[in-house]
Amino acid sequence: MASNATRLRAIALYKELSRLGRDYPDPSYDFQGRIRRLYEKNRNLTDPEDIEKALRMGEYIKKETLALYSLRKYRHLKRMYPDSTSDPLDPHS
Amino acid sequence: MRPSAARAVDFAVKIRVNPQQTGIDTNVKHSMNPFDEIAVEEAVRLRERLKTEVKSIQAVTIGSPKSIDTLRTALAMGADSAIHVEIPESDPAPEPLAVAKTLKAIIEKQKEGIDIVILGKQAIDDDLGLTGQMLAGLLNWPQATFASKVEVDVAKREVVVVREIDGGGEEIRCKLPLVITTDLRLNVPRYATLPNIMKAKKKPVTKYSAADLGVDLTPQLETLKVTEPPTRVGGGKVESVDELVAKLKEAGITAV
Repeated sequence: MASNATRLRAIALYKELSRLGRDYPDPSYDFQGRIRRLYEKNRNLTDPEDIEKALRMGEYIKKETLALYSLRKYRHLKRMYPDSTSDPLDPHS
Repeated sequence: MRPSAARAVDFAVKIRVNPQQTGIDTNVKHSMNPFDEIAVEEAVRLRERLKTEVKSIQAVTIGSPKSIDTLRTALAMGADSAIHVEIPESDPAPEPLAVAKTLKAIIEKQKEGIDIVILGKQAIDDDLGLTGQMLAGLLNWPQATFASKVEVDVAKREVVVVREIDGGGEEIRCKLPLVITTDLRLNVPRYATLPNIMKAKKKPVTKYSAADLGVDLTPQLETLKVTEPPTRVGGGKVESVDELVAKLKEAGITAV
């Protein structure tokens, strides 16, 4: 385990990812398990460069998951409430 | 500024009619109505654009004790404070007119005055789309509904709104104070991140009851029956054009 600062960052990121994972649309995906295993795989890193890389990967996962949620919701709403200039039966407008 | 934050059945839930056929099964996941999320987001973005001109953003919800979650989400997205008009869990959901009357009572209670009220255009579980318009009528304020773009001119105390209408957009200029209802294309709401949710816990939430505001929330409408749409019957395949024509004739469709 590295310095206290990076440890706190890692823990905060873990909590954030756990909370995000609760809303994952596919119940069989086991988001929580995957995050746990990724963290355990990297628990003994000492080189600061490696630690930064791992944290960046965590941030990337967070952003991608947020984008997934956002897009899924938007697509659903766009289908249910098509705008005035698009044809409700046309999937591409 | 006052965005509304109604709690509705979550968008991803498959709605089921309850066995008594009097309504839908509400023992499912609920979250903030997506159009209200857009309303809260727009309020926060207006502050980001206009900075100190926006003195405060207050989120309001009228509902059971569980509705506090939607207020917490609104606070985490950037609202400064929240107002919860609490109704008992067992009471039926308030009707749009009752909601509008309650919002009017809250607005009139505010000493500093409210300039803009932003609501979602409709709730995704009942799709009524009435509250905003009723509120504007009760307050005698102008309304800009189905807004897909909002631009505030602080000096002139005017707002230019582009509204979604059949076949395109309509641009209107309104004087403050104003009621706006949001359409899907106004913005994409931010996700409330954990640090913001933590910060939101310290923000004030004022509780009122309907009696405090002098509003009667009893429903004026009685739902007689709720049924699911008829199940789709499968189509049939035909071998030739003649057979197709014969089947169409059978179904009673004649040539134009």
